[in-house]
Amino acid sequence: MSIELKMPALSPTMEEGTLSKWLVKEGDEVKSGDILAEIETDKATMEFEAVDEGTIGKIVVPEGTEGVKVGTVIAVIGGDGEAVSAPAPAAAPAPAEAPAPAPAAKAEKPAAAPAADPEIPAGTNMITVTVREALRDAMAEEMRRDDRVFVMGEEVAEYQGAYKVTQGLLEEFGAKRVIDTPITEYGFAGIGTGAAMGGLRPIVEFMTFNFAMQAIDHIINSAAKTNYMSGGQMRCPVVFRGPNGAASRVGAQHSQNYGPWYASVPGLIVIAPYDASDAKGLLKAAIRCDDPVVFLENELVYGRHFELAQLDDHVLPIGKARIVREGKDVTIVSYSIGVGLALEAAETLAGEGIDAEVIDLRTLRPLDTETVLKSLAKTNRVVVAEEGWPQCSIASEIVAVCMEQGFDDLDAPVARVCNEDVPLPYAANLEKMALVDAARIVEAAKKVCYR
Amino acid sequence: MPCAVLRRARRRNDLLAKAASKSAASSKKNAEPAVTDSAASDDNFALRSLQDEHARQKRFDASTEEFLEFYQKMLLIRRFEERAGQLYGLGLIGGFCHLYIGQEAVAVGIQSALDEGKDSVITGYRDHGHMLAYGIDPKIIMAELTGRQAGISHGKGGSMHMFSTDHAFYGGHGIVGAQVPLGAGLAFAHKYREDGGVCVAYFGDGAANQGQVYETFNMASLWGLPIVFVIENNQYAMGTSVKRSSAETHFYRRGTAFRIPGMQVDGMDVLEVRQATEIAVKHVREGNGPVLMELSTYRYRGHSMSDPAKYRTREEVDGVRQTRDPIEHAKAELIERGIAEDKLKQIDADIRARVTEAADFAENSPEPAPSELYTDVLVGSY
Ligand SMILES: Cc1ncc(C[n+]2csc(CCOP(=O)(O)OP(=O)(O)O)c2C)c(N)n1
Ligand SMILES: [Mg+2]
Repeated sequence: MSIELKMPALSPTMEEGTLSKWLVKEGDEVKSGDILAEIETDKATMEFEAVDEGTIGKIVVPEGTEGVKVGTVIAVIGGDGEAVSAPAPAAAPAPAEAPAPAPAAKAEKPAAAPAADPEIPAGTNMITVTVREALRDAMAEEMRRDDRVFVMGEEVAEYQGAYKVTQGLLEEFGAKRVIDTPITEYGFAGIGTGAAMGGLRPIVEFMTFNFAMQAIDHIINSAAKTNYMSGGQMRCPVVFRGPNGAASRVGAQHSQNYGPWYASVPGLIVIAPYDASDAKGLLKAAIRCDDPVVFLENELVYGRHFELAQLDDHVLPIGKARIVREGKDVTIVSYSIGVGLALEAAETLAGEGIDAEVIDLRTLRPLDTETVLKSLAKTNRVVVAEEGWPQCSIASEIVAVCMEQGFDDLDAPVARVCNEDVPLPYAANLEKMALVDAARIVEAAKKVCYR
Repeated sequence: MPCAVLRRARRRNDLLAKAASKSAASSKKNAEPAVTDSAASDDNFALRSLQDEHARQKRFDASTEEFLEFYQKMLLIRRFEERAGQLYGLGLIGGFCHLYIGQEAVAVGIQSALDEGKDSVITGYRDHGHMLAYGIDPKIIMAELTGRQAGISHGKGGSMHMFSTDHAFYGGHGIVGAQVPLGAGLAFAHKYREDGGVCVAYFGDGAANQGQVYETFNMASLWGLPIVFVIENNQYAMGTSVKRSSAETHFYRRGTAFRIPGMQVDGMDVLEVRQATEIAVKHVREGNGPVLMELSTYRYRGHSMSDPAKYRTREEVDGVRQTRDPIEHAKAELIERGIAEDKLKQIDADIRARVTEAADFAENSPEPAPSELYTDVLVGSY
């Protein structure tokens, strides 16, 4: 019986990969555990192991092939009939049960071009980078500039970061400044906070913000409140950063958006950028900032490409929202991954004759209410899109601001488009239902336009 | 009350005086003060007593039938996990998926010594093996991995979040270390209800560094909770080896400060695991408070499916596979005991067939109904 070897999915977000190298050739005998090939995914080079025994019959995809879609047949193994009782893996499952395509599919599309940021002079040379690279470069530049800056967290050094955001930092800055910690969030968040009080500029990486719940006491009780309690004597210039929000089918305990939690705390700065330029400019600003900063990234956005101005020192102002798409009929306010969805929705709406303005809040605390209210005064209609739960959300805050300060400008009630109000389920179909998407934003925008 | 304080103070002075005189008399260069000397030797006896007992008989005296049963369970876990890895590659399983390959003897050896359904078990996200060791149907485990209605959590939990209250298996937890105090809570309930049950709480070498573990050790010991803490030391926490994360790498000693006796066990030998567990569980069940077991084991695969595992060499992994594999060892021993190779081949074929059946079931059963999205958020309606 022959078995088709298919391009494996080797990470939750992988859609295609490069078949870098075959370690076997046609006619080779293989057994379970043998390494067949090396495959480069979106994050790393992985070894592809044999599960079945048999002889390599035919190599279908030659080494060096890029962009091999997950599920493509890459080779055929002739089984020995006896040990392999498993049938060849079924082709695609019946459509009704097919897992939904990973949300990362959107990652491949070039993100809609945001309007040029006002702080960047026209004519500047532009390069294309991923958000992951932009964040890394921001840290590296600040570490070169200021030797008080150091990075600590789980797997940040030797492993190069669980999501590869700290790639290369250990090599450049050494183990004194790029520090692997044990899995002890409460402890190292406290150590980072204390080091900031002691005059250093720590960047504390959480593998994801879900694990920062272990450490939230130090973020809030120690970092956020001390300056106030000490009458301004005790500064705490620490940056807590890491991915936040839902990733891809990692379940309820690994998928929460903590934006609203941190944004409710006086004494903290909370930043949640979307594109590479904002990620870089705002992370640099965060590191230089004298206040404690919670810097919320998004795993699904790490691999997206964006334009970035090539400037010697690209620092952006904290506390300023950005109009990423101008429009006159309705304002869509969002942040982080929601901005991508809002831009997608705006495209669809344009096709239906509705001209949407999209605002990326970028900083959640302090909140740039002025930009939102100005836009409201222009469009008279607001939709807030947020990848997170609706109750006590950034969306509800924006609703309150529009109602309290922009009531006379409103032609319709402000609409919230959030995730469903449930812990995030694992099943592909339920997860898709639970998460905010562009279609729901379009629907809400039409509703506030009475269309 | 001042009287008692005084008395205690006086006693301490006496001891210190004694210590001083003894150390003065002693000619040993690094002699420790007598106060620690006498106390420590006492403590050490208590803390080492289970280890000593285990040393007297390392391995469980299993009948061939029992041994075959352990072997089949370990093999089922191995084949199940291999297939799960395959289904992940095909995109049928998503998110994080942590395989138990290499560690099979731990769950099988420990859980075979428990009173299933009465004793409670809790672990982290690397949980498929513990479910299978309890004889839970591979079909509904696999269907949970593929996120289907028939899965044990109706597809809402996935690989990391599986539970079976029927078997007193309490999950399936994604936050490293969280299962340790939760386990002590289960033990607290056993004690409170006087139901005679004990809890086994499994956690990793990485989890062993979380602060809540030590808060739990203190309370569990202070309150004499019926719990066996099991550290599955597979040498790595994601990409961090034990020696890069831990000041004390002998994890069985980590209970010492809380007066919890420790045991160091070869987690690659199912009979040794079983024997050690019998000793630990007996101690706990008799009301003597918690025990800490460190099981030395190894995971062959990456931390999760997306881990390229560049932090260790292929040779290291192969070395363990070749010299310490729990299944290969059991197989060799069974052959020595006179089990025919044909019979073992038949067992393997049967297990493969069961796993294939589970995979087909998991692939072909329907996704959860959309209405499932809103169920089980709360128990009551308000
Ligand atoms: C509080 C917390 N921090 C970090 C993580 C991410 N994480 C998941 S597993 C893991 C490694 C745990 O290693 P160990 O305890 O040795 O268990 P093993 O995976 O080896 O079974 C890490 C860091 C998490 N899930 N929870
Ligand atoms: Mg480990």
